[in-house]
Amino acid sequence: MRIDGKGRIDRTRPVTFRFDGCTYAGYKGDTLASALIANDVRVVGRSFKYHRPRGILTAGSEEPNALVEIIGPSNQTPNTRATVQELFEGLEVRSQNRWPSLGFDLLEVNDLVAPFLSAGFYYKTFMWPRRFWEGLYEPLIRRAAGLGSLSGRHDEGVYEKAWAHCDMLVIGAGPAGLMTALTAARAGADVILADESSELGGRLLSDEAEIDGAPAVEWVAGVVAELTSMPNVRLMTRTSVTGAYDDGTFGALERVGLHRRPRPNLPRECFWRIVAKRSVLAAGALERSVAFEDNDRPGVMMASSLPTYLNRYGVVPGKRIALFTNNDSARATARSLMAAGVEVAAIIDSRTDAPDEPGMVVHKGAQVVRARGRMGLREITIAKGGTQTRLEVDCLGVSGGWNPTLHLTCHMNGRPRWSDELAAFVPNEGAIPGMMVAGAANGTFSTHGCLAAGAEAARASLEALGLGSGAVDLPQTTDAPYNIAPLWQVPGKGRAWLDFANDVTVKDVALSAQEGFRSVEHMKRYTTQGMAPDQGKNSNVAALAVLADATGRGIVQTGTTTFRPPYTPVSIAAMGAGGRGDGFAPQRFLTSDQASRDRGAPMIETGLWYRPSYFPKPGETTWREACDREVSMVRSSVGVTDVSTLGKIDIQGPDAGRFLDFVYSNTVSTLPLGRVRYGLMLREDGHVLDDGTCARLGEDHWLMTTTTAAAGLVMRHLDFVQQAFCARWRVRFASVTETWAQFAVAGPLARDLITSELGRAPGLPFMGCTTVTVQGVQGRLFRISFSGEEGYEIAVPTRYGEALFRDLTARAETMGGGLYGMEALNVLRIEKGFITHAEIHGRTTAFDIGMERMVSAKKDCIGKAAAARPGMTGPEREQLVGLTPLTDSPVTAGAYLFAQGVALTRENSAGYITSVGYSPTIQSHLALGFLKDGRARHGETLRLIDRLRGVDVLCAVVDPVFHDPKGEKLRA
Amino acid sequence: MPDLIAKSALGFAPFTLAGTTLAEVDMGQITAIAPFPGQSEALSRALGMAFPAPGAVTQSGDARLVWAGRDIAFLIGPVPPDGLPAAVTDQSDGWVSLALTGACTVDVLARLVPLDLRAAQSGQVFRTALNHLPLIVLVGIERSFTLLTYRSMAKTAWHEITEAMVKVGARAATG
Repeated sequence: MRIDGKGRIDRTRPVTFRFDGCTYAGYKGDTLASALIANDVRVVGRSFKYHRPRGILTAGSEEPNALVEIIGPSNQTPNTRATVQELFEGLEVRSQNRWPSLGFDLLEVNDLVAPFLSAGFYYKTFMWPRRFWEGLYEPLIRRAAGLGSLSGRHDEGVYEKAWAHCDMLVIGAGPAGLMTALTAARAGADVILADESSELGGRLLSDEAEIDGAPAVEWVAGVVAELTSMPNVRLMTRTSVTGAYDDGTFGALERVGLHRRPRPNLPRECFWRIVAKRSVLAAGALERSVAFEDNDRPGVMMASSLPTYLNRYGVVPGKRIALFTNNDSARATARSLMAAGVEVAAIIDSRTDAPDEPGMVVHKGAQVVRARGRMGLREITIAKGGTQTRLEVDCLGVSGGWNPTLHLTCHMNGRPRWSDELAAFVPNEGAIPGMMVAGAANGTFSTHGCLAAGAEAARASLEALGLGSGAVDLPQTTDAPYNIAPLWQVPGKGRAWLDFANDVTVKDVALSAQEGFRSVEHMKRYTTQGMAPDQGKNSNVAALAVLADATGRGIVQTGTTTFRPPYTPVSIAAMGAGGRGDGFAPQRFLTSDQASRDRGAPMIETGLWYRPSYFPKPGETTWREACDREVSMVRSSVGVTDVSTLGKIDIQGPDAGRFLDFVYSNTVSTLPLGRVRYGLMLREDGHVLDDGTCARLGEDHWLMTTTTAAAGLVMRHLDFVQQAFCARWRVRFASVTETWAQFAVAGPLARDLITSELGRAPGLPFMGCTTVTVQGVQGRLFRISFSGEEGYEIAVPTRYGEALFRDLTARAETMGGGLYGMEALNVLRIEKGFITHAEIHGRTTAFDIGMERMVSAKKDCIGKAAAARPGMTGPEREQLVGLTPLTDSPVTAGAYLFAQGVALTRENSAGYITSVGYSPTIQSHLALGFLKDGRARHGETLRLIDRLRGVDVLCAVVDPVFHDPKGEKLRA
Repeated sequence: MPDLIAKSALGFAPFTLAGTTLAEVDMGQITAIAPFPGQSEALSRALGMAFPAPGAVTQSGDARLVWAGRDIAFLIGPVPPDGLPAAVTDQSDGWVSLALTGACTVDVLARLVPLDLRAAQSGQVFRTALNHLPLIVLVGIERSFTLLTYRSMAKTAWHEITEAMVKVGARAATG
């Protein structure tokens, strides 16, 4: 029901929206909850377990009941709190967790069989018969479980992530937060003031307090205007600070576009990472309920939500309202409602010594024992002394006291402290480094107290920042008393609700204690209390008080469960903003990328690089045809491929040779100028780190190449070795991977192609290198081969890469050669028995790959000592071998090797396959793998088994070098 | 003249939105200079420019010596003389340089870089990350920035920066 003359909504801007297919009207400035209340919609959702009709309980982000789905053009967002969602024209809302409709929900049958569905029901019921679990129980439970629904499509909405930095982050813009921000800002601090609401002011916008003799909202307006005008202040409305992390970093979620009609490119939400030198938590407090029979009926609400709905939105949720309280805070609510012309039927105050309230009926020492009205409250039963009376009301405001919003103070393992005076947990000082807590969040509930605490928190923080004292005159205001007498539950027979969102009752908690789940953490998990989207904001303290009562231990001994981030739900889409599709990881493109794509090459991702898989020709229908052709082309004429992805590290200095000898297992320093050497690098634990080549470009100048996969790893390793072991050596290195475009030219006609490209014969011996001029560009030429053919690698500055690639390709094609891709490159190296990281996968040693003689006996190197440990060499090791199937059957990488006739068990495994390919040269499938004592077993026949892909093939064990074992072609 | 055609990393036209422009720029010669241990001062003398402290840039005429990491700086502009007491590596082709200029540069970079660039001064340099990309940020005048990342990652950098510009632009348009 709308109340004239009340609220901060814009009545000149009516807004229509749809809820469950019906069109309703509201105003700009309404939340969905206030607009539904204005339209007298009482049932807005169904509860999680029993599907009981539920109404709006609160006016804040802690709302457990009014969870709805927002239907957008590209999104369907479940579990949106109606109390947080602001109204905009065309907002489309659907209730959730009901079927077929909100008014008639078939699963409400759960409520009728509730006696059988107590806490632990699943654990007890679905134990037997065991075979029913997978086929019957689990699908049934899955169907019934969960709140809301997803569209089943990708979330194509726009989200954003951002960083912010400040001297002081003030969390919450109520009286304490505003006072903190104002004091700090006037002292010149760089301030961020964040509040989850659309407007700054906090409870001052709801309660009719006075500051400096005028309505508090006027003071708020003045402060906000001043803060807005200051360049050192950033006001972040609609921003919930959700987590406190190390080093003054906070997570915060901003609703950027969720409160307005979708606009192109406008983010829905932004996930902020705020780095603050100091922070002040002024997040206020959350009112808590009292458990009594059927206290979940629509119309039973938190007392403090009533003045919020009245004064911010100009609505009241009932015509005849009662208040049930155990403290003084609901008195002001009663006065506000009366003043607005709403009938307050009675105040039921559990305290026998409660104060009177002029003009109102106050039942002292009384309790509400029951609420009636399935689809909306009709009546409450009041017990006082031994008598019960019934009172017709359509709304009941409940205040069981206030819990400081101290969640963030516990995000780094802090534990709160129990205050008997407040009957609430309060934060411990210093729980978050650099954070102070002020106002209601610290258990200071009066307006005056909040303002004073805010100013003090600012003063202390400014001092810590070295920004002076920040003295600001405190405005004059009242200091209303709180006077709470704890009341957690009203005794009674029926179900009294603690956790509305997860349908946990007082009885469930008592049952948990009775069944031995007496620790608060066990109770939580047994009953699911506090595990719903509200994360127990409305129920944790009451539930542990009930548990304390049931176990006879007291609240302090019972303790709390752990408060973890996020404070309010954060969409994964916001945290992962920009990470969908291409945004998942950086993409590294070769200079030849476009030329390869122009030829229809499918690109495959290797590391972050995109490399051509193969180059299909007309008429070829499978990758194998292209691959076989490319392999044969390299073996018979000439092939060109881009190898720029290999890591290139430029190493210089008088101690460079010494350094290389230390990081490579073999000796490199003796290499003559203009020569290249193959090198093996070990990790400190003696296993192979990487292999590659090292070229000597000058007296003190070397160029190391690494594999594509380990380029970064090797760079990091070199950096570590230098910093840790030889910081004073005169050696420096820099990555030049990106600086040079490098192409491999391989095949019997490779020399002819290089001659054509350079206009002269290369004149290089095998493993030689030289500088060259390529079409007028200074480049480098290496005679190295990864294919087993005569091979060259030609490098030019990256800017010329594409031009050289196209030129080499054209020249190769006139010679009957052409491009080859990764597939052919892989087959060529398998034919030659060359290893890649498929073989040096981190568990293999130099001995395993047959290179133990490359660990020089004449010098020390990283990994040498560890490689000499027992067990790192010998017949027990799995050693690199080649395998050829006895039949024309494909073999698979990842398959296991077994001796013939043994059982196929883990213990009997003799080895495994790392690389496979079909060799058109040898006209057989080939495999490389590791076999126990493999080098001594050439000639044996083994079973190759891949149970995942159904492969069972007999293979002959052979030398891993299938092609040109003497290397005659290579050295031609 | 070389017969091979040189290509820049991107070859894209500048992208302007919300008064902010992203453009690929040619930094010319970039040379990594890493003095050997104890040789910083000798190097400074030989170059006629002080080897920069971390986060700093020294300038002499058109030449800039930009701190680029532990014991390494990038000489931008001239080709360095021979015989320096340092490892000298041509890096001209290893990087893509993007200039971000205009009204919303700081807001755009706040979406990408975990640094507070609001008060960054001309002549400062940062080694940081642009989301997952390695990044060198050179601070120019009037909140303009030159961003250097690996050349092979140029397209990703361009995509991420323009995406951030689009979102900042949409926010600005919404008010």
